[in-house]
Amino acid sequence: MISRESGVFQTSYEGDMALYTLPLARNTTRVVVALLVLLPIPLMMANNEHLMSIVTTIALAAIGAIGLNILVGYTGQISIGQGAFMMVGGYTAAILSSRYGMPFWFGILAGGCTTALVGTLFGIPSLRIKGLYLAIATLAAQLIIEWVINHVPWISGGAQSSIYVDNPELFGFEFNTEFRRYYLVLVVFLLAFFGAQNLVRGRIGRAFIAIRDRDIAAEIIGVNLFRYKLLAFAISSFYAGVAGALWTYYLRIANYENFVLVVSIEYLAMIIIGGLGSVLGAVFGAIFIKLFPIALDLTVVSVSEGVFGIPYQDVANFLANMQLFLFGALIIFFLTVEPEGLARMWEHVKRYFRLWPYSY
Amino acid sequence: MQSRCATKWLGALGVLVVLLGTGGLLSADEIVVGGQCDRTGPTKFIGTLLCPGANDYIKLINKKGGINGHTVRYIEVEHAYKVDRGVEAYERIKRAGGVATVDYGTPIVYALTPRHMEDKIPGLTPGFGRADAADGERFPYIFPVAASYWSQAGAAMQFIKDQGAAAGAKVAYIYYDNPAGREPLPIFRRICEQEGYSCREFAVPPPGIEMAAAVLDITRRMRAEWVVSHLFGKAPAISIREFRKNGFPLNKVVSLVWGAGEMDMIAAGWKNAQGYLGMQFAGVGRDFPVIRDIVSMYEEDGQEVPDMVGQVYYNRGVFTAAIIVEGLRLAVENFGLPVTGEKVKMGYERITDFTLGGFLPPLSVTAQDHEGGGWVRIYETQGEDLVPHTEWFQGYRDVVLDEVRKAGLQE
Repeated sequence: MISRESGVFQTSYEGDMALYTLPLARNTTRVVVALLVLLPIPLMMANNEHLMSIVTTIALAAIGAIGLNILVGYTGQISIGQGAFMMVGGYTAAILSSRYGMPFWFGILAGGCTTALVGTLFGIPSLRIKGLYLAIATLAAQLIIEWVINHVPWISGGAQSSIYVDNPELFGFEFNTEFRRYYLVLVVFLLAFFGAQNLVRGRIGRAFIAIRDRDIAAEIIGVNLFRYKLLAFAISSFYAGVAGALWTYYLRIANYENFVLVVSIEYLAMIIIGGLGSVLGAVFGAIFIKLFPIALDLTVVSVSEGVFGIPYQDVANFLANMQLFLFGALIIFFLTVEPEGLARMWEHVKRYFRLWPYSY
Repeated sequence: MQSRCATKWLGALGVLVVLLGTGGLLSADEIVVGGQCDRTGPTKFIGTLLCPGANDYIKLINKKGGINGHTVRYIEVEHAYKVDRGVEAYERIKRAGGVATVDYGTPIVYALTPRHMEDKIPGLTPGFGRADAADGERFPYIFPVAASYWSQAGAAMQFIKDQGAAAGAKVAYIYYDNPAGREPLPIFRRICEQEGYSCREFAVPPPGIEMAAAVLDITRRMRAEWVVSHLFGKAPAISIREFRKNGFPLNKVVSLVWGAGEMDMIAAGWKNAQGYLGMQFAGVGRDFPVIRDIVSMYEEDGQEVPDMVGQVYYNRGVFTAAIIVEGLRLAVENFGLPVTGEKVKMGYERITDFTLGGFLPPLSVTAQDHEGGGWVRIYETQGEDLVPHTEWFQGYRDVVLDEVRKAGLQE
């Protein structure tokens, strides 16, 4: 019998405070985590590094998206500087690892911390300006950071603005294959995901939500705006920095061109499509934005060649552009069906099955 | 109602994920290679010409019987100039059994370099990526083959010298302010010092549409005698118009390879671009045996020959494919089947004096020099044509190779 809410009573504080109070939710989470951990095994047997690289890319993007959602979705401070913050993390990690021989875990932590500092600095305007005006202020962060990295040779490592790092290594275990690198990313992703889940339901998260809903009201009930707005920037940038550092170790190069303005906008798109103010939504959004263009590319090519018998080459320009069209249409479709994003759609699914089969 | 809709769409998503799992199947006498393409991203004006060029050449080779009887399957993967899509494209080609790839885009070449080394699949990066990748001992699986930015800068300076620039000549370098644009700077500075030119550098900030002040500075304040221009995207066309507006003779402007396509002349207006000097690493026009073969292939198929055949970027696509095919041929002839990435690498390194009937410079790739000598040729804009202005030449090889060596020592 699958457990429902009815009949589930908590008899201890620990039980009541647990992240997932329902056995069903707990078990589903366990199964999903187990699947994620075991995923490389069938892929390794099929020697499918291609699919592995796609999953890793999505997990990497999800870390950044969760971070952005803490800032934009939970605290209501719009930021178009996510890419720049990822750059800071990426270069910090690369400099520490390649020049000072620091291990990768230190690079990731230091990348996160440096970025948190930089993010807090660029978050200061948020104390005076809100909404779209703040968005433009964070756009300045994107441009300033990009310029600084580009023009300070000590940071960029020369004219090419790229720093190579070695494969990350832990106690002699080298992350030198696609499958091993996946585990590196997965561990950080799980920490980021559950960390955020816990953060947003605690004191800090509630303060963030209060600020988002009405900052004056929040101030009146005793939320220190100065502290919590900057904390939101710090935490969000920490996530961005960790994601950027991981990108560096994943690609084994830090290059600012991985995180230009378009990328920042892509991250905003992820959380809007996934669902503002939802950690799971950020993950859904990352899957949507990173997976669909690739899935469309594969589908369109195989449909064209398999169903219509037209070689891709003959209609390549048309098909390449049609994908953009389809992708745009998909975004509009999902957002009109459920403006609050994929996370809300998932809520609907859950609600439907909650009473199923006795829906009425 | 809404929830039902949602379940349905989640199901559809699942189907897409399953579709992803289906990889390519390998057939025995087929050699698989792949290339990346940008048909929808910021460089689509190049991609839409370059990729058909590569494909047409492969088609031509297959029509002529392939490589010693083996057909070549060329997989093109669109990446829209995004780094993560570029990684995916590389992995997809690898999954399909690709033994050699063409990488497109400087940031993507950077990101893929470690993967090429790890997987031992040689990557062709003509006109992209870091100049010191010419060092085959440091980057055994990266093959720029075409002249790197360092060689291009060296050649541009050589050209200026050959045209009579003496010590004290005023030379301006106008460049797009990104890593690719800044890359030639060390070469430029060294040659300036060596020759005693009085040089100045002018950065054009991305997206490269605002350079009135820089050009005014070059033409009126500095009164440059020569300009070396290294711009991308829409920037070359804008620079041509700005120089024209300021009355600067365009036959004193030497553009490196990404600012020398027909598209730039069309955007600037052909009549504004008269005399403009553009550098090329592959021949331009239809007057080469290989391009004539492609034209007759179209005619035999009863198809109209597209205008792009013979254009700068189309021909660069042909160039890329020709290098791949030559590498594969040498791999098959010297090391036999099945072709692997390592064999193709050694195949590339056996390319000697490969000219394809004057279409290419006398390319020779060795295990040390993956650049093939750094040959270029300068074309001049006349009427609505690009006309050869020089023969194939190299410039300041000593300076360029010394920089490559220095970059190696730094590591």
